[in-house]
Amino acid sequence: MVLSVQGLTKRFKANTAVDRLELSLSPGEIYGLVGPDGAGKTTTLRLLAGLLVPDEGTAQVDGLDVQKEREQVKTRIGYVPQFFSLYGDLTVSENLRFFADLYNVTGEARRQRMERLLAITRLGKFQDRLARNLSGGMQKKLALATNLFHTPKVLLLDEPTNGVDPVSRRELWDFLRELSGEGTAILVSTPYMDEAERCDRAGLLFEGRLLLSGPPREMLREMKGEVVLIISSDQPRARKLLEQKGGLTEVYPVGEALHLIAPNAERAVPGVRTILEGEKIAIPTIKQIPPTFEDLFISLIRRAKGSDEDLGIQSKI
Amino acid sequence: MEAVRAENLSKRFGSFWAVRGITFAVQEGEIFGFLGPNGAGKSTTIRMLCGILAPSGGKGLVAGYDVGREPEKVKSALGYMSQKFSLYDDLTVEENIEFYSGIYRLSPKVQAERTAWVLAMAGLAGREKSLPRELSGGWKQRLALGCAILHEPRILFLDEPTAGVDPVSRRRFWDLIATLSEQGTTVFVTTHYMDEAEHCHRLALINQGELVALGSPRELKHSLSPEATLEDVFVSLTRDQAIPNPKSKI
Repeated sequence: MVLSVQGLTKRFKANTAVDRLELSLSPGEIYGLVGPDGAGKTTTLRLLAGLLVPDEGTAQVDGLDVQKEREQVKTRIGYVPQFFSLYGDLTVSENLRFFADLYNVTGEARRQRMERLLAITRLGKFQDRLARNLSGGMQKKLALATNLFHTPKVLLLDEPTNGVDPVSRRELWDFLRELSGEGTAILVSTPYMDEAERCDRAGLLFEGRLLLSGPPREMLREMKGEVVLIISSDQPRARKLLEQKGGLTEVYPVGEALHLIAPNAERAVPGVRTILEGEKIAIPTIKQIPPTFEDLFISLIRRAKGSDEDLGIQSKI
Repeated sequence: MEAVRAENLSKRFGSFWAVRGITFAVQEGEIFGFLGPNGAGKSTTIRMLCGILAPSGGKGLVAGYDVGREPEKVKSALGYMSQKFSLYDDLTVEENIEFYSGIYRLSPKVQAERTAWVLAMAGLAGREKSLPRELSGGWKQRLALGCAILHEPRILFLDEPTAGVDPVSRRRFWDLIATLSEQGTTVFVTTHYMDEAEHCHRLALINQGELVALGSPRELKHSLSPEATLEDVFVSLTRDQAIPNPKSKI
């Protein structure tokens, strides 16, 4: 394991931001830390980058203790915070050269690395453009690239896809795949539930704790309940009727469709038909669909919390 | 009834056409998603439809008012909620509501009714004296929504409204939006997040200032292939042209 974490805990006054976190990454693995704002993603990455001191627990990068051997660890990690400042009035290649100097990468190694980074970021064409004139997605890629001159073994990325459009998002993920192909282990945080499936393994983080961790497909099997999609001739009435009489775990609208969650889809469908057809509502489409990571996350939160009402407040001061 | 109509709507900045003749209509009560890469002309279009930027050509009608000629009437018919939740952090929950009631010039009677409604809708009863920073993301989000619709606007603009909010609150938020839409409010959503796009009845995709696709999420996906995702649609229609314009920012 190139990164391992045992019982990592960080408290801010009464708030436990990271709560007994266990994690391990092998070389070349992409692990997604998936959770909403305030779940503890940034604190976790800052702890692993050695920027915060944990209250409990330990972490090792390449066998070195993140706290005790911080200087050696620094040469083996790359850390890109969510708001990373590039030099807007330097060009793409000037930014890269500046960071190559900082990391003391010189000569042939520097030339080769520069070429490779420009190639995998596809920023070659834009070498002479000022960083401030790049699109958001390109700035993110450049920020990542500036942290890669020393070929880190572990890359810590805080919400690299936040706020970028879908084309840039896909390119960023392609870029991460290339890096993982070189053997770099990547711990990447994201608030977007659906990005879990792009990772080799992912962990769903909520209130400082991992609710579930594993390969994405296996995680979805932990979902309690099945999802049925219906499209009916009167969605508002169908929604009300099913909420009142359907005996379903959940009914929620998604655009032109309604999604229903039931313990067993096959057994729920006849009841749903009876209720709606009894009210003269036609159902042109009714079918089971796979759950999303959001469905899974919600079912896990409810299991952990008991009810939604407990979720109202999590004091963050 | 049509809530929004853009007819050949255009905007030019110097020699650069940010929006080039966009035409579409949004029905009352529809949840309408507006998608496109950065720099495609999304914000420019929204700013024209909100009456804060005059079109260079074509026409925009919002709630029946012309965005170029009657921008003040347009503004009074809309609510706007951004992803940054424009709440005042040093005002309490009820002070925020009071502040927005003042901006919308609600009468004391209406203000009292709407305040009670917002507190109930957001689940904030008993929290009137809390500061926004003491609330979780989901509560803040619902308070921001409440402040944006205190004056019962006919059209509500949402800018990436659920990014980063916990999944239970997100789902509750979309339930509220669906209810508003059932009651006749038109909801105009801009987002980069395809999961939010799935919550819309219809989507418009713009690229380089032009409308490149219009339809329900299902129609757009099926037009590409039976297994396509919305992201596939987005990427296939914008990738080739997605070279950013160096002049589009700053």
